[in-house]
Amino acid sequence: MSSWAGPEDVFLSTSLASYLDKKLLVLLRDGRKLLGILRSFDQFANAVLEGACERVIVGDLYCDIPLGLYVIRGENVVLIGELDLEKEELPAHMISVSATEIRRAQKAERDATDLKGSMRKRMEFLDLD
Amino acid sequence: MLFFSYFKELVGKEVTVELKNDLEIRGTLHSVDQYLNIKLENTRVVDQDKYPHMLSVRNCFIRGSVVRYVQLPPDGVDIDILHDATRREARGA
Repeated sequence: MSSWAGPEDVFLSTSLASYLDKKLLVLLRDGRKLLGILRSFDQFANAVLEGACERVIVGDLYCDIPLGLYVIRGENVVLIGELDLEKEELPAHMISVSATEIRRAQKAERDATDLKGSMRKRMEFLDLD
Repeated sequence: MLFFSYFKELVGKEVTVELKNDLEIRGTLHSVDQYLNIKLENTRVVDQDKYPHMLSVRNCFIRGSVVRYVQLPPDGVDIDILHDATRREARGA
C-alpha cells in the first residue's frame, strides 16, 4: 500500500479510498467515538477528519461536541464505519443534551463505577463465594 | 502471508469479528490486506443495544491490530489444504 492502488488492486484492497469524502464513525481505543468526513489517510490508518465531533453517550443521553479538523494517529483506531445516511444514527429513544449536562452525566457514571469498585474491595475480606 | 492467503479464500463469506474491546461484529468479508485489516459489508453488531452508536453502520474497516478473534463458518475452508500449507510454510521458515 505504498503507492496509490491501481485498478487491479481495487477488488482485494482494504484501502480506505472508498471512504474518502464520506461521513464516518471512528472508534478509538480509549472508547471515544468521533464522527467526521474523511479527507486523508495512509497505510497506518492515520486519518484526517473534517468537521469532526465527538459523540459522547451516557445511558440514553448523548451530545455531539464539535472538534473541527482532526488528525488521528492510526494506532488509536479500532474501527472506521461508514454511516448509512438513510438510517437513523441513534435509536429514537435517545435524548440530545448540552455539553455541560453530558459532562455531569459522565461524572455521575464514573462516580457510580468508582463506588461499586470500592465497595467490592471492602467486601473482599469476607471471602464469600 | 499464510493467514493473508487464508482470509482471501474467505472473501464473500459471513464472519463474526470479535475485537479486543469486546465488540462483536457480524458481516460479509469484503477484503483483507497484509496487516490483516478487515473490511466488512452488511454489518450487524451482536449486542446492538449496548452499542447504540453503531446503529447506522453497514460497512466498516477494522484495523488488524484490534482483532481478537475471527469466527468462521465451520465449512468455511478445507482444513486439510490449510494444514498442508502450514507444513510447507514451516518447512520453508
